[in-house]
Amino acid sequence: MKDFSVLIAGKAGFGIDKAGSIIASILNQLGLRIYIYRDYPSLIRGGHTFSIIRASEKRISAHKDKVDFVLALDQETVILHKQRLNKKGKLIYDSSAVKSEGLGIGISNIIKEENASEIMRNTCIIGSFCKIAGINWEILDKVFRKNIDRELDSNLKIARRGFDAAQQEGNIEAIRRAPMPLITGNEAIGLGLVNAGLKAYIAYPMTPSSGILHFMASNAENFGLKVVHPESEISVMLMSLGFAYAGEKCVVGTSGGGFCLMTEGLSFSGMAELPAVIVLGQRPGPSTGLPTYTSQTELKFALSAGQGEFTRFIVAPADPEDAYFWAGTALNLAWKYRIPSIILSDKTMAEGIYNFDTGSADKPGEENPASWQAGLVKKANSYEHDPAGITTEDPDITKKMQDMRLAKEKSLAKELEGCSCVKVYGNKNSKNALLCWGSNKGVCVEAAEKLNLRAVHASVIWPLPVKQLKKSLKGAGRIISVENNATAQFAGLCNCAGIKISKNILKYDGRPFSVEELERLVKKEIK
Amino acid sequence: MSEFNLNTTAKNTWCPGCGNFAIMNAFKTVLQSLSDEGIPIDNVVLVSGIGCHAKIVDYINVNSFYSLHGRVVPPAEAIKIARPGLKVIGFSGDGDSYGEGIEHLIFAAKRNIDITMIIHNNRVYGLTTGQYTPTSPLGFRGRSTPAGTKEAPINPLELMLSSGATFLARGTSHGIELLKKIFKEAILHKGFSLVDVLQVCVTYYNMYEYYDKRVYELSGHDPQDYNQALAKIKEWDYNQDARIPLGVFYRSQRPSFEENFLLKRPDAPEINSKIQNYLQQAI
Repeated sequence: MKDFSVLIAGKAGFGIDKAGSIIASILNQLGLRIYIYRDYPSLIRGGHTFSIIRASEKRISAHKDKVDFVLALDQETVILHKQRLNKKGKLIYDSSAVKSEGLGIGISNIIKEENASEIMRNTCIIGSFCKIAGINWEILDKVFRKNIDRELDSNLKIARRGFDAAQQEGNIEAIRRAPMPLITGNEAIGLGLVNAGLKAYIAYPMTPSSGILHFMASNAENFGLKVVHPESEISVMLMSLGFAYAGEKCVVGTSGGGFCLMTEGLSFSGMAELPAVIVLGQRPGPSTGLPTYTSQTELKFALSAGQGEFTRFIVAPADPEDAYFWAGTALNLAWKYRIPSIILSDKTMAEGIYNFDTGSADKPGEENPASWQAGLVKKANSYEHDPAGITTEDPDITKKMQDMRLAKEKSLAKELEGCSCVKVYGNKNSKNALLCWGSNKGVCVEAAEKLNLRAVHASVIWPLPVKQLKKSLKGAGRIISVENNATAQFAGLCNCAGIKISKNILKYDGRPFSVEELERLVKKEIK
Repeated sequence: MSEFNLNTTAKNTWCPGCGNFAIMNAFKTVLQSLSDEGIPIDNVVLVSGIGCHAKIVDYINVNSFYSLHGRVVPPAEAIKIARPGLKVIGFSGDGDSYGEGIEHLIFAAKRNIDITMIIHNNRVYGLTTGQYTPTSPLGFRGRSTPAGTKEAPINPLELMLSSGATFLARGTSHGIELLKKIFKEAILHKGFSLVDVLQVCVTYYNMYEYYDKRVYELSGHDPQDYNQALAKIKEWDYNQDARIPLGVFYRSQRPSFEENFLLKRPDAPEINSKIQNYLQQAI
């Protein structure tokens, strides 16, 4: 089966990210399915950043440690990534800047001769990569014309020099089928929200959710959105409640630190029954933690954030198609039940780039909110209040209102029984099951298929879809839970619901599981 | 002229003699007169924080958003952005907006968003039973500062002027006629307006006599002159003994923030085709 990976690396400021997505677009044009893992430090210039572009005959949403091409623009790339190369792997490097074995191209010299800017070294190495891999120049030309808007001619010229300076080594054949869109999880969340009737997006920038803010801001006119970046996450959350009060569907986005500041507003949403939707992009904590890396550590936080007891909906989409459906659904459910919804993403899903299959993505539809009605006195209140919204401390009204707010959870859970909150993959009869949630679906399904195991993935976290989980895990004697945290948060939730987890595989170094790594860890557990 | 019933079922729990009564009564008269001038009461939204002042929204039968402590401004801004046709009026306390939520006030002034803030500035925390606030004078003995505060107060109007507010005024709860006049002017002003009301807390900080001896109404003052406005705002620093000017200090015009959001969302089929288009571009 065709399945290979290309790693491109260098210092932040080299344009590695852009180069990675151009390589992905080129491979996408060949009918291959794509996934990009992006690894970068929290700084603007310097440091070491890399992208792994994996291409395969089948749909994929996880990266592999071993790669088939390393494109090195600096010495550090050779030092750090040379050992990732497969036996027949090719190391393509700038021989006028880097000492290495492999396929050297005098990239810096070409740049000098052409009097081009330093950043075009990545353009040059893409040209060389295409020639070496046996990809037609026409495809590169087409992708460049579509994706590069500044100094296109000069970029094409430099790429051509890189192309001509290399010798063909491989021959990647195209698969005759239509390429699919390539988008980030953040874009998929944004599109799903827009589809479900979003009118306003409010956020304070914070990795890994800033991508949604950028998506919304740059498409505000196109989709008729009001996009606001206020002074703090406290303001973000309270503004969102103001929009809800005025009858406009609004969503906010942040990460754990920002969510801390939003919790007073979250609780207010619960009390005043003002719909709210929060995209909570997870990254490693505690505190500032590793800002540009990944984790699944906010599950318990999302479950219990905010003072008092109130109904909430929590969903953790696996990939862009899942995110498109569930982000829209989270918005609709928030408005239908007048509750807060939390969309738990993580850096892996939010900033990873995936193929998006328009055909297979479910459409959430649109719940129409009761918009502003003149003539009715509308009172929202953060205090306990009577049905008219007037403050009360009366014990009977207090109990009645609290019961009414909490009763929503039952109706919500019942409605969710009709949705695919949990899905089964791999060998559905295997007694060994990998249980996962959120972005770990891709890597778990791949490992399960390889090892002939069952993989069970939950998108909905709360209300916990107990019936669907039990049904999906029926007959599994050994349940191995896979999570990106140190305390097995989802496994703990399942154990409370009477689903006994036999073993936890946990990774909490900020990096997602690679396919080989998870296979190795699972093999140990099933013997 | 049609009379509204502005009362609600809520029982009023302010102390007898509380300065909040003057603010509420002045405001109710203004609501009536706005309605007579073609601003329907249905289009008015009141936002309040937490504190004695905030109960005002329970007592007036008008659309309201009873927010959290320090969080009057953000929902008020959002309601205005969502529905620019509404008149959004925030009631807030000095602990509430000059303390916990002061950043929101600064940003709202910076944006010149078209909302009105009425600050019940009694210079003491009433509902939490008598602690100092950002505008209490130096040495104020409260329950959290029994030996007296060690920090001088801020001058909120000076801060608002430098933040970009386009309408600034001061009144007192002993001067209801002036309050009526400046509330109405503030509400009709296009842009961010703030009225600092020296509202007296009879229980924890009774300043009636003190204010009565020192206040005077501005006359011959040009509110469009920034430097004059600044000089008058600085005449009393909320700390040292001085004459206390009342009235409109400052008034100017510049574009307001909510005007940037007049887009309309396309209908569902158009949105759908725009999404498909976006995805096509991503191939």
